[in-house]
This record gives sequence, structure tokens and C-alpha cells, in this order.
Amino acid sequence: MKTNLFDYRERDNLIFNLSGLSKLICFICMSVAVMLSYDIRYILFVTVLSLLFFRISELRFGQIRLMLIYVAIFLAINFILTFLFSPLYGTELYGTRHDLLRITSRYVITQEQLLYQVTKTCKYLSMVPLGMLFLLTTNPSEFAASLNRAFVPYKVCCVLSLTLRYFPDIIRDYHSISLAQQSRGLDFSKKEKLFTRVKNMFNVLLPLILSTLDRVTVVSNAMDLRGFGKEKKRTWYVAKPLVGKDIAAIALGIAILAGSIYMTNVVNGSRFWNPFIA
Amino acid sequence: MKREENPIIEFRDFGFQYFSQAEPTLYDINLKIYPGEKILIVGPSGSGKSTIGHCINGLIPNSYRGEITGTLFINGKDTKGSSIFDRSEQVGTVLQDSDGQFVGLTAGEDIAFALENDRVPTDRMREIVEKTAKIVKIDQHLKASPFELSGGQKQRVSFAGVMVDDVDILLFDEPLANLDPATGKTAIALIDDVWKEYHKTVVIIEHRLEDVLYRDVDRVVVVNDGRIVADMSPDELMATDILPGLGIREPLYVTAMKYAGVKVTPEMKAGRIDTLDITDAKEPLLAWYSQDVAPAPANDRPTMLEARNVTFGYTSRRTTLEDISFTVREGEMVSIVGTNGAGKTTLAKLICGFEKIDQGALYYKGEDMADRTIKERSRKIGYVMQNPNQMICKPMIYDEVALGLRYAGVDEDTIREKVEHALKICGLYPFRNWPLSALSFGQKKRVTIASILVMDVELLILDEPTAGQDYRHYTEIMEFLKSLNDRGITIIIITHDMHLMLEYTTRAIVLSGKRKLGDTTPVEVLTDKELTEKADLKVTSLYELALKLGADDPTAFADHFIRYETERGRAV
Repeated sequence: MKTNLFDYRERDNLIFNLSGLSKLICFICMSVAVMLSYDIRYILFVTVLSLLFFRISELRFGQIRLMLIYVAIFLAINFILTFLFSPLYGTELYGTRHDLLRITSRYVITQEQLLYQVTKTCKYLSMVPLGMLFLLTTNPSEFAASLNRAFVPYKVCCVLSLTLRYFPDIIRDYHSISLAQQSRGLDFSKKEKLFTRVKNMFNVLLPLILSTLDRVTVVSNAMDLRGFGKEKKRTWYVAKPLVGKDIAAIALGIAILAGSIYMTNVVNGSRFWNPFIA
Repeated sequence: MKREENPIIEFRDFGFQYFSQAEPTLYDINLKIYPGEKILIVGPSGSGKSTIGHCINGLIPNSYRGEITGTLFINGKDTKGSSIFDRSEQVGTVLQDSDGQFVGLTAGEDIAFALENDRVPTDRMREIVEKTAKIVKIDQHLKASPFELSGGQKQRVSFAGVMVDDVDILLFDEPLANLDPATGKTAIALIDDVWKEYHKTVVIIEHRLEDVLYRDVDRVVVVNDGRIVADMSPDELMATDILPGLGIREPLYVTAMKYAGVKVTPEMKAGRIDTLDITDAKEPLLAWYSQDVAPAPANDRPTMLEARNVTFGYTSRRTTLEDISFTVREGEMVSIVGTNGAGKTTLAKLICGFEKIDQGALYYKGEDMADRTIKERSRKIGYVMQNPNQMICKPMIYDEVALGLRYAGVDEDTIREKVEHALKICGLYPFRNWPLSALSFGQKKRVTIASILVMDVELLILDEPTAGQDYRHYTEIMEFLKSLNDRGITIIIITHDMHLMLEYTTRAIVLSGKRKLGDTTPVEVLTDKELTEKADLKVTSLYELALKLGADDPTAFADHFIRYETERGRAV
């Protein structure tokens, strides 16, 4: 039975030992840096960096494979659609036109379009290792603590951590309720018509909702009894204090963001790197 | 007793009425609890004992609104207008539902929860958590998630979670409800140790009187219909006839003495079996023991269900059940008992076909069930879950009971006939047009049983049918199951209620550590020290009474008690 929402396994290396807060700041800075820029050189630089971090973290490729497949499918569709709807958008952006291959009068593959689309794809692709790196190397409990320290209100953070806590319980409830219904003759198999199957789902959902509401009452009482919401702030058992390497990591994150802004404003003069007017 | 001190908790002419109810739940409560006392509050379901608990910990009026009359003082201060947060610094509550109380992702976080809310710095917090965890002996599991902990361990975490606040008053709301007998015993011992060593005031709300009285208790407060009907030492209480009249079970050894015509007096110290002075009771008890009672009828009917070397694991690496073999005859009422997590529920799931057996086989009336689907099995075998709220999915009783037949596409006339018949058997016919939300827990349980019976099942498997029920409701449910059994339905009950197994089932299958450890009469199981220890059960106090008496055969003594009770009918 699956009991954890995230596949978190503790390891002892630089990335895992960083505080959740510094990882969060790094994640935000690097993502913003990539989002901001359309300079493929800089994007590739950040991507290589994040792959390097991934390597250091000793995460296995298997852990992000599924996510990567989803993103790849999404990007492939996005790539094709972009071309279908605005095949010459790149030439508008860069102000030049270098044809590579002429398909019809409307659909011409240009160097500009290719650069634009490849850059865009790289942007999204580089986000995957970054995001997964943050999620998979941060202890779920520390996650809430680090969000709170990044100025998210603590009640919101606690709701998040309670979701992580009770999600598996609810899944388990769902399983047992569904089995009990099946033993009364409810059919979820493909033999039934889709409409009947959806209708049957409701017979599982109602008891699930009712038993979850019961649980909510107990949990909120339990939290009240232990003084939840007493003060305007709270501390965290799992919070890791910021040490030297955290400061270094945060500095690196900010430097990468600054680098992106520098490229945009000073080197390229716009968000786009334009090799065509050199 | 230190009566010269001021009470730490005092109810003065206290009354309470929930806004949602037409009648008050508590009337004229006058109760003084002194610092360092250990008080047990008992009462049948709906007596108001939990409401008293809610008043002490501040959930009333914080979470449950209603009208308060009179005054409640804590530490000499009127509690009117004080917040639940002020209260949480004085009273620590361990709730019945240890899963609901476990709000952290790991044990350590959960223990620290109150400290986090108090803005204790992280370093200091870690120290306190470690220290407190040691007190309740859970310090080896601080990094464990709730899924890796047993029920007893989760309760320890909850216990530590309220101890970190250094509260003066510890309140336990039905601490035994979800624990197997041995774990329950350990829990009571732990509460007792903490009480003695740290001089806390302890209030325990529980209806399993005998299990709590296994360790010292200063006073027992008996609540009925919203009023306090007794407030005395356990020894004095045993000498009265207050409990049986209220539907609260006396310790079995006390019942045995009363059956034997012994006049129990406070001087006999019957509050605990350890302190019981048997001198005056010896002769009448032995005389009673030598009376003849009818022996249990033998069952030689054909085999209904047979398990042959069943092995199963949820993952390929770890097995949950190993090499389990047993048979159940037609018309039997059998219990499956054993340690929490020993695979009792898993076994039921295998029988119903929710999970597939890895090795071995299950036979139903001689036929291998391996390729029978859940649906096919459900025509013969019915499964009733522990929590009726997890089974009920229609708002009206009639529809709920009819659901299975409607799935099967039976015509409405036949459905009406069958549903009404099932409702009559279950004593629910007058309620047939009621909404389910109007029913009590026990009644809902009956609805779930009716909704299975309507399918004409031959074998009924029930998971903890009486969990959390007081003696009156317990007897009601069990007598009902017995009447079904008398109608020829074979019944398997998964339970860790030793009384249930002893009084209602003719055979017990004992599971522990994946394996079957025993398969014999309940009396023999509960008088076998070695077996009960291995399976986390508890020897019945009848056995200990027999030892004190010097009866020739303690097992026979316990058996005599059960036969005697069956013959004279169980008084509620």
C-alpha cells in the first residue's frame, strides 16, 4: 500500500542537508532567471547547473522519469501547435528572416522560428530537474517550515502539512469503502457502462466525505487542545538553522537571477538574444 | 487523602446543554478533584461522561456551543471567559482517536506540536521532545511516520505531546478503545507510572472498568443520565449494586462472587484483584463452582469454510500471514483474536476475495474459491466493516438496505419483501422510512448488518462489531448476532474484546506474528498464560480468582462461569 505522497528518502549529501528555506529560495531564483530570459546560452547554462545539482543529490533518474515523460509530451504538443498557429512568429521577434525549408507558402521553417521554439522548450525543460530537485530532496515536514519562513502565513503552511499527513489515510479509507461496496455487488470493472460506473463512484464518495468530515472535527479539536493558533507566529521542530552552505546557496541563487537580469538589460538589451543582427 | 488542600478542579452546581439538543446533558454536577488524585469517570454511552471531559479541557464552550449553568473552577479560578489556550496550559488531553490526534508527519513533530505553537526555539524544543519521549518510552521512534507505528505507540506519542506542556492535569478520553488487551494494560501501567512519578492529577474517562482498575485509582465517579450517581473508592463501589443497574460491566471476578452469593464488602478490597481478600468468599465460591451446569453443545455439522496453509503478503518481500489453516463449521460462532496488526483483518479480506492468496487455498463447502470474484463470493459471504459510516452511502434506511439488491437488478417487489424481512430481523422495521443520520452508532451498525443479510448470505464476517460500545449496547449487538446465529447463519468475529470472545463465541482462532498460535475454546485461550502473552491478550480475571481460591482447575472454573451465565441469561 502506498503510504507516502512524495517519494522522499533521506540521504546524506550537500543538497539534502541544505535547509529547505535555502533550497526554496534557490528554486525560485533559478526559475525566475530562466523564465525571464530568452537567451538560450544562459538557459542552457542554468540547465547544466541544475543537472549538476541533480547529480550531487544522488537522486535516481527513475524518480523523475514519469514527470519528465509528462512534460516531454506537453512540450512536444506545444512545439507543434506553436508552429501550426504562428509559423513566422520568430521572424517578427528577431526582425530578420532566414529560410531553412519551405513546406507551403504559409509554413516555412526559418532559423528565427527554430531558435525561438527551441529556446522556449529549453526554458520549460530546465524547470523539471529544478522543481523535482526541490520536492524530492526536501523533507515533507520541513517543506511547510521553509514556506513559512519564506513569508507564507503559518496556517496555510500547516494546512499543507496536514494534507501530506492525512492524504494517505483518506486513500486508505477510499480503498476500504470501495471494497466494501464491491462486496455488496457494486461493479467498477469495465463490464459496466461508463455512466453507471460514474454513478457507482458516488456511492463510494458519499461515505468517504462523511468519514473525512468526522475526522476533520477530531483533528481540529486535537489542534485546538494543543494551542494551535494561539500566537501570531510559530516555530518549527524540523526547521534547519541556516549555516554557511545555506548562505552560499542563497547567494548563488541570487547571483544566477542577477545574471539573468544583467543579460537582459545590459548584454542583450531585451529579453531576447538576437544572433541574427550581429 | 489530602483533603485540606484546595481542589484543582471543582464543578459547583454545574449544568450544560448543547444548543443542538432539547435536554441538558449535565445536571447539578458537584465534583471536587484534588491535586495529585487519580480519578476514573465511568458511565454508559450518552451518560454525559465525555461532556464532563470536554468541560475540563475547554472544548466546551470553545468547539461545542451550549448553555452553561453553575461554575467550573480550575486551580481555584472561575473558568468563565477563559480561552481554550489558557486551558491547554493546565490540562493535557489524550483523545480516544490516536490517529486523529497525530497531526505531525513524524512522531517527533507531533510531540513538538504544542511547543511549536508556543514559539519555543527549535533547539530547546528538540531537547524537551527528547526528554518527554523518554518518559513515555517512545524515544526510539521519533523519526517514524504514523504508518510505521502501532496503535499503542501512537497513543504514547499523543501522551508525550501533551506532557511537553508541563500541564498539571492529564485527561484521558477512552484510552483503551482501540488497543489490544495487552497494549491496553501497558497503557494503564504507563499512566500510573507517570502519575506516581510526576505527581500529576489524572482523570480517565473509560467504560472498561476492570481494565483501568488493574492499577490504583483513588476514586471512581459514576455518571448516569447527566448526573453523578456515585463518587467513592473502587473498593466501596464494588460493594454496591450501582454498576449492574446502569449497564456498566463489573469486573468478572466481582460478578462471579455475586453469582456465588457472596456479600462483597469494602473491607474485602475488591477494587483490584491483587488486593482482593478472598477469605470470606472462599467457601461460597467453591460451593457455587461445584454446582452442575449444562455443558456446551457439540457442533458436528459439516465444514463450511476451510483454510489450508494460506500464506499472503501485500508486497512480495514481506508476508502478512504465513501458513494459516483452520476450519469453520456451519452454524458456528468463531472469534479471530490476536495482536494488533497480526493480520486478522487481512484474513477477512482474503476470505472475501479483496486480496489474492499467494500460497495455499480457501475452500467454501469443499469448493476451492481461488477463481471466485468478490461479487460471486459476496452472495454467500458478507463482510461488515468496523465503522458503519464507511459502509453507509444512502441517506434513507430503506434504500441503504436495498442497495445490494438493486445492484443485482432484482425487481422492486422482491426487494421490498426482502428488505422488510431483513429490517424485521434486525429490529429496524419501525424505522424503515427514517434517515440514517437520526440513528445511533449501534443502530447504524444494525443497518449495515441488515444490508448484508438482505443478500441471503450464509457466512457473516464482522470486524470489531462492538468497538467503543458500552456494556448495554455491546450486549444488545451481541445478543442480536447470537439470534442471527441461532437462525443458522455462521458468524466469524474479529475482535480484541476478551469478554466478547469468552461469552459469545465457541471457538477462538489466535493469530500473532503472521501465524496461527492457537485454535481452541476461548476459556482455554484466556487461561493459558503462555498463549495470551504471545498473542498480546490478557488472562481473564476469573483465572486469577480461581488461583486465589486454589480451585483444582482454573480453566474449568472460568468455563463454569460462562456456562452458568449462559444458563441464567445475561443481565443488562
